[in-house]
Formats: sequence, C-alpha cells, structure tokens
Amino acid sequence: MTINDILSSIEAGKMTARQAVEAALKKADETSEYAALLSLTSERALNRADEIDAKLEKGEDAGRLAGVPFVAKDNFLAFGAPTTAASKMLENFKAPLQATAVEKLEQAGAICIGKANLDAFAHGGSTENSAFGPTSNAHDKTRVAGGSSGGSAVATALDVVPFTLGSDTGGSIRQPASFNGVIGVKPTYGTVSRYGVVAMASSTDTVGCFAKSVDDAELVMEIMSGRDDKDMTTLGDVMDSAKAVKPVKKIGVISDFMNGDVDNEVLKITEAYVEKMKAAGYEVEPVSMPIIKHSLAMYYIIVPAEVSSNLARYDGVRYGHRAEGIKTLAELYGKSRDEGFVTENKRRIMIGSYVLSSGYFDAYYMKAQKARTKLIDKYKQLFESYDLLVSPTAPTPAFKLGATGDDPVQMYLADAMVVGPSLAGLPAISVPAGDTPDGLPVGVQLIGWRETDRSLFAVARKVEEVANDN
Amino acid sequence: MSYMTNVTLEEVQHLATLSSLQLSDDEATSLSRDISNILDYINQLDELDTEGVEPTYQVTDLSNVWRDDVAVDSSVSREELLSLSKDQLDNQVKVPKVL
Repeated sequence: MTINDILSSIEAGKMTARQAVEAALKKADETSEYAALLSLTSERALNRADEIDAKLEKGEDAGRLAGVPFVAKDNFLAFGAPTTAASKMLENFKAPLQATAVEKLEQAGAICIGKANLDAFAHGGSTENSAFGPTSNAHDKTRVAGGSSGGSAVATALDVVPFTLGSDTGGSIRQPASFNGVIGVKPTYGTVSRYGVVAMASSTDTVGCFAKSVDDAELVMEIMSGRDDKDMTTLGDVMDSAKAVKPVKKIGVISDFMNGDVDNEVLKITEAYVEKMKAAGYEVEPVSMPIIKHSLAMYYIIVPAEVSSNLARYDGVRYGHRAEGIKTLAELYGKSRDEGFVTENKRRIMIGSYVLSSGYFDAYYMKAQKARTKLIDKYKQLFESYDLLVSPTAPTPAFKLGATGDDPVQMYLADAMVVGPSLAGLPAISVPAGDTPDGLPVGVQLIGWRETDRSLFAVARKVEEVANDN
Repeated sequence: MSYMTNVTLEEVQHLATLSSLQLSDDEATSLSRDISNILDYINQLDELDTEGVEPTYQVTDLSNVWRDDVAVDSSVSREELLSLSKDQLDNQVKVPKVL
C-alpha cells in the first residue's frame, strides 16, 4: 500500500488509524524471518493511532499523514523502544528525546511502529555489520539487504509500511534502495535536520527516506525538511513547493560508470532507463568525469576522520555500554569501546585516527579535502551544461550474504557510485529501473545540483509515466 | 594497484591507544592487515594533483549560524539524563579512579 492508499482508505471511513497500525504490526511479524526490524513500538503506536482516530472522529485536522505507519532506522532517536544503532554500545539506550525528523512526521499524524536494522553505527554497505545479525534481501533471502539502511529498505520492499526513514552518509539509502527495488532519497546536504540522529560523518550525514512511489517519497521529504535551530547546518526551504526550480532538459550519463567494471545486467538496465528518458523527451548524452574514480578514496579518508571524532563520545561514562570489573578510567574507556563497537567501527575509528595524526594529516586528510574541492568543481562544471546526471546506483545487484568475506575494501567498492554526491552535498535518488533475469532489482541514480531536489522527483515521475503509457 | 603498505602490530596498538580502544591481540593482528589494505586503497589519491587547491570542509558555505542568545529549557530533565548513566552518586556520574 502507498501513503495515498492508506490516507484515502482512512478518509473514506474504510479503515481506522488503529487498523492501519495493526496491519503494519501484523506484516512486521509475518516477515520477521528477514530480520528487517530490530524492535516494534507497538504499545505507543496503538495509543497514538487511537488519539488520531479520536481526532478524526471529531472532525479535527490530524495532519497530512494522519494514521500512516512508518519505520525509522534504528539510529534515529525515538520513543517506544531502545535506540541501538544496531550496536552493543547502545543496546539498552532509551532515547530521552526524539529526532526532529521523527517529531515532524508525528506532528503530521504519521505513526512510528518500529526501528529498522542497519550496519552498527551505519558503518557498512550490507547490514552484515549489525551487532544483532544481518537483514536478508527482500527478493532473495540468500543475498544482502545492502546498507547501511538495509532494514529500512527491506521493510519498504516487503510492504510492512509505505515509507521508512534512513540516513545516507555515503550511499546508505541509495544502495539498499537499488538492491531491494524501492525508491531511496538522499537530499541536498542540510535539507532535513539531523538532530537526534546518531552522528557518523557530520560533513556528509543526511536524513532521507524509502518509499514505493515518487509521490510518497516527495511528500515525506517535504514534511521532514526545513530549518531547525537544533541543527545549524539546515537550509531553509529546499523542498518548499513555492521554490522555483529550473526545468530539466539536458541529462548527462556518467560514462566512467558505464564500462566493463560494472555488472553487465546493471549496464543493460541502466541503458534501458536512459532510453526511457529519451522517450520522455529529455536530451541525454554521455559525459566524462575522470576524477570520480578517486571519490571513494577521498570518502574513506574524510569519513573515518569524522567518524573517529563523532564516536569519541561513546566512552562508557554518561550513557551506553560500560564494561564491568574495571579499575581505572582509561581502562573503562578502552574496554567499554572494545566491547561496544563491532570490528568495522574500530577500523573506521582507527583509520580516522591515522589520517588525522601528526605526520599524516597533510598527506591524507588535507589532501582528501583538497581533492574534494576538485570533485565539487567538476560537478559544478558539468551542471553548467546539464540539468541532471545519471549513473547506475551500484556496480552490481545485491550480492550473496558473506560474499565480501572479511575484506573491508571489497565492501567499500559497493559504494563507488554513491559517495561522489555525498562529498559534494548534492541531492541524489535511486529509482527502481528493472530486474535482472534472476529477479534481482537494479536501481538508477539521478543526481542534481544542490537544492534542485524537486527536479529529481519530477524527472523520475515523468519517466515512470511515459514508460507506463508505452 | 598495490603499494604494499604494512602497518605493524606496534603501530596498530598505537592507533588503538589514540582511539581509546583496548584491543585483544587477535583483533589487533587482523586489524593490522585490514588497515594496511585500506591504506593501500586510499593511497591512490596520490595520483591526483591538488597543488594550490583550497580544501573544502563544509559544502553549503554556511558558517557561524547563531541562534538568539536566550536560554532555552531542554525537554530533557537532569534526572532523565543522569538515569542513562550506569553509576551515579549525589546527582553526579560516578567513574573509577582516574589514575
């Protein structure tokens, strides 16, 4: 069901908010073998549904999403269940406040029914790094969900709820969206407040969503976006419907991602999507972006640096896991962090410490931030001639659980196509473009210049409409 | 491409100390291999000429965004915050001795 299906059923009196929530909870239970969710907030959700039903009965305005159930990735602080970030560190952490994004959705009448699995602290591209076990792909249980927002993508694909929340620091919404055949939105940096979302890399962290229709995704982004005094990086009106957005005419296909390094089925499906774009009346041509091949190296310097800083707060003192049988404060820090973090967290923290340490700072961290300027300049130059860029979202469809073994670099390569827009703060969405002969979904990534988020939805919608008409 | 970076066990333990991580010997050994592999990968950035380029730390060019200098009451009480900590005494968080 889409958001609009639920809203119109409730409006027509065919369904109550309580029934919508009960149906979602039932679906969550029936699909529990996929391990998409870490917890349910059943009691609170049902109480909220009753409040909304009471309002509706009295003819009061209950909001634009009145009675629509959703799921938040478990790195969003929310009431009704612990906020774990899929880590032992926060296994028992009861959030004393809610994320602004969750608050805004609740004010609009939406109802959070549970929390979705992720790679611990959002570090990973498969959800295999969850301290509580991996999530299975919605289309093939032997394959990964993608990540880090794997649980959210799978919960959307399995139709537990019409939309879910995710965070995208370097592809964590777009890549699992591609792997599970749903829409995944990473907005312009600063579109949605990150207040109350477990911080990973502050210069690229964004809040976005998964949905099954372009309309639903756009509506959810519209409700969540806006300035928040509690996150000073937020911009004013990215999703404002009054905001003028230049119509898209010319589209560039990033040719650096259309070669032999990419899975053949992914290439074919992307090419077919490009044909649909042409059929929809867009002028599409290949563009070359040589610097993009270095974006992953930049990302895996800058992001670990910020991770090492942001995760310094987990010291076992004020909240989170505290090791037992400890004699000194230094030991308390060291043991609590050793026990509370998964290996990938430790890798990133230590790489961060490495690239920031004296002697290596200029060679790694500063070098990467300069390279980032060059990457942004290249995007800027391309967007002078093109209104939109396109590429596959990921180099392959969902891979097998355990396929990357314990080689972190193999896992990082799954992010090759999605980190560029993150480093440049650009909006990018992954839209389902087709399935491989094995039935695995493949997504295509649409990228815009900053604050042109609405254009991405407009193009995705038009391509969908034209394709449906033919 | 491989630059064959080799991060020794000693260097890993130093990084762990900088990161406040008390690692087991087994994990330190596997992390020395992982970190070497990751550094091998990111070293490819050497191929890119960044001479004379300014670094970018913040992408939307915002800087020093202030709110009004007025006290705002938090929705979270002192008691609630303290209750998140594992050990408390007299309205304070209790920790083991520092030295």
